[in-house]
Amino acid sequence: MKKLMLGNEAFARGLYEAGCNVVSSYPGTPSTEITEEVAKYEEIYAEWAPNEKVAMEVAIGASMAGARSFCGMKHVGLNVAADPLYTAAYTGVNGGLVVAVADDPGMHSSQNEQDSRHHAAASKVLMLEPSDSQEVKDFVKEAYRLSEEYDTPVIVRMSTRVAHSQSAVELCDREEVGLKEYVKNPQKNVMMPANARGRHVFVEERTKKLIQEAEASILNKIEMNDGQIGVITSGTSYLYAKEALGDSVSYLKLGIVNPLPSYIIRSFCKKFETVYVIEELDDIIETQCKKLGCEVIGKEIFGFIGELSQSIIREKIKGISPDYLTIPTEIPVRPPVMCAGCPHRGVFYNLAKHKITVSGDIGCYTLGAAQPLCAMDTTVCMGASISGLHGMNKARPEMEKKSVAVIGDSTFMHSGMTGLVNIAYNATNSTVIILDNSITGMTGHQQNPTTGYNLKGDVAAKVNLEALCKALGIDRVRVVDPYNLAETEKAILEELEADAPSVIISRRPCALLKYVKHNPPLKSNDKCKGCKACLKLGCPAISIKAGKACIDHTLCVGCGICKELCKFDAIE
Amino acid sequence: MDTRSIMIVGVGGQGSLLASRILGHVLLMQGFEVKVSEVHGMSQRGGSVVTYVKYGDKVYSPVVEKGEADLIVSFEQLEAARSLPYLKKGGTIITSTQKLDPMPVITGATTYPEDIFNQFRDAGVDFVSVNALELAEQAGSAKASNVVLMGVVSTKMSIEKEVWLKALEECVPAKFLELNKKAFELGRECY
Repeated sequence: MKKLMLGNEAFARGLYEAGCNVVSSYPGTPSTEITEEVAKYEEIYAEWAPNEKVAMEVAIGASMAGARSFCGMKHVGLNVAADPLYTAAYTGVNGGLVVAVADDPGMHSSQNEQDSRHHAAASKVLMLEPSDSQEVKDFVKEAYRLSEEYDTPVIVRMSTRVAHSQSAVELCDREEVGLKEYVKNPQKNVMMPANARGRHVFVEERTKKLIQEAEASILNKIEMNDGQIGVITSGTSYLYAKEALGDSVSYLKLGIVNPLPSYIIRSFCKKFETVYVIEELDDIIETQCKKLGCEVIGKEIFGFIGELSQSIIREKIKGISPDYLTIPTEIPVRPPVMCAGCPHRGVFYNLAKHKITVSGDIGCYTLGAAQPLCAMDTTVCMGASISGLHGMNKARPEMEKKSVAVIGDSTFMHSGMTGLVNIAYNATNSTVIILDNSITGMTGHQQNPTTGYNLKGDVAAKVNLEALCKALGIDRVRVVDPYNLAETEKAILEELEADAPSVIISRRPCALLKYVKHNPPLKSNDKCKGCKACLKLGCPAISIKAGKACIDHTLCVGCGICKELCKFDAIE
Repeated sequence: MDTRSIMIVGVGGQGSLLASRILGHVLLMQGFEVKVSEVHGMSQRGGSVVTYVKYGDKVYSPVVEKGEADLIVSFEQLEAARSLPYLKKGGTIITSTQKLDPMPVITGATTYPEDIFNQFRDAGVDFVSVNALELAEQAGSAKASNVVLMGVVSTKMSIEKEVWLKALEECVPAKFLELNKKAFELGRECY
């Protein structure tokens, strides 16, 4: 039976068919749906971990115990999980261990554009890269075989276009592989120096064997056609190249992107007058070719930035530009915005109003940086809001009274707690606002340790944020409702003024959650003076029509903060 | 058959993912190779959202580039205008007449272009405009604009109506099926 599946859904299917037993992940676009889909298979234990490092360690532990295990994350998540990965490369596996890392060329939903292939090379583990959903499923199953045969974790590299494109997949049955025997083996599994030295020798030997595997693997394919041009490529770039160049060139499609083969690259290059390396982001294949003494053309024409496409390849190789229609009008951009009724808005409105320096974090609330609120000064990575604020305040103690950190509930669980401990321990009078919308929002509503439910939707232990913050050493902890602008403002100003570190928990569930009951939409009346004060909220439901505020009834959820703000009672 | 390309454009939250899934199911049932490419995450939050549907005997790239779309389905006027460069010469745009102000218009930094359809006419664009929002509300929910537009699209493709209805059944939760069937019919009838 063939089924149209997202790459991520096909990944989950591959895990199912391969007999995977234990899954632990942290959500991150574009990887999230793998684990959401896995959760639908009763045969597999699956969970959301608080962060990628925990998820990786859970998967490593399950593998050591003999289970086929998996963890999934986005590219920046692998940085968080890099520590356990680099040593799991030494311990190797018992049950197969497969890791999904989803890169985001073009940064559709990410803070950087890093190329995860570097992690595979640096940690010396096998990395596979599929092109479409069928390959995703096939490669996942092959990854388990290779993981167990070569005693290595295997990373399957996804990218936005592979993860979030649907194509047909042939479904097969699950193969129950059961648990492998668990035998205590400290030389392999206790990575203290004496043992690790021995395992490093193993790792280098394994790499040689993996290169031999890559030379012969069916995952590395050659397609010979007429002509004097060869193309070396992988993943989604292969699809773009096929669409742009068709059968006018020959292809070496690499399904194993770490380690790279030597013999087949050299012999492929020898056959052609011109060889192009077509790869998104960094020049990893190109560098290998050049190291092998092969003359190839790559980044000098394609560059290192953003996604590739069939039209870029057509333009760079064939010199053909697209032909299309235009109209003279300038089209205004439509950047993403905080939703109507978003509980974060009340906090950001107040932070903007008082011109407070805001150390930001990763989540929906990063949109607080956008027009018209512009209420964010910095955003680096998960958790950096809190630790970064402490650094700012150490560098400029006068900033304590006019700076805050903002961080979501899930991000706080991920890596905000340690930063908060640091504030208490190393003493700055920093003010941290936890934007508790009771869900992991940006990635599409995943449960986390503060929500009271687990991945499968069952009731779970619920972290009490107030008690947690107090236990971490913060005495001043208070809770506000961000729909109440005045209360929120008072809390922010009082905590900034306090001579002690403090946490404000801004608590109100995400307006998009199904269980949230909305009020009827609001309407503006003829008392409106057109002062545009309500526009400062950046609510997508409010606009000005003929000089007066106008509320779109299809968007408004009746949160009422514009009503609270209006001095003329013009919103009801 | 050569690969054909459809683009579905709109504003995050308008339901373009469902529309592309319905379309994907229909085309798969017709025996085509199909690829549907979506964008999740940040851009879904009220930003411009683009989905690609490609089908034919063989489909490689999942994305649609400038000058490649045989059909563009738009949920919103400004997004129809934004997508125009992606239309193949001789291709068609089906657009809802709905207008949603983007933030730069709301904040007054710029204005919403008033005469998009006239400019389409001047540029010789083959397009159809439909008040999908009104028809969706008539069917029972403003959220069904996406399915109204699929009704219009179905009149432009030589595929049996039953296939579309079967795809609806597979893609829409049972409790909303009747509402969506009505929306689909209203879309079919309006053009």
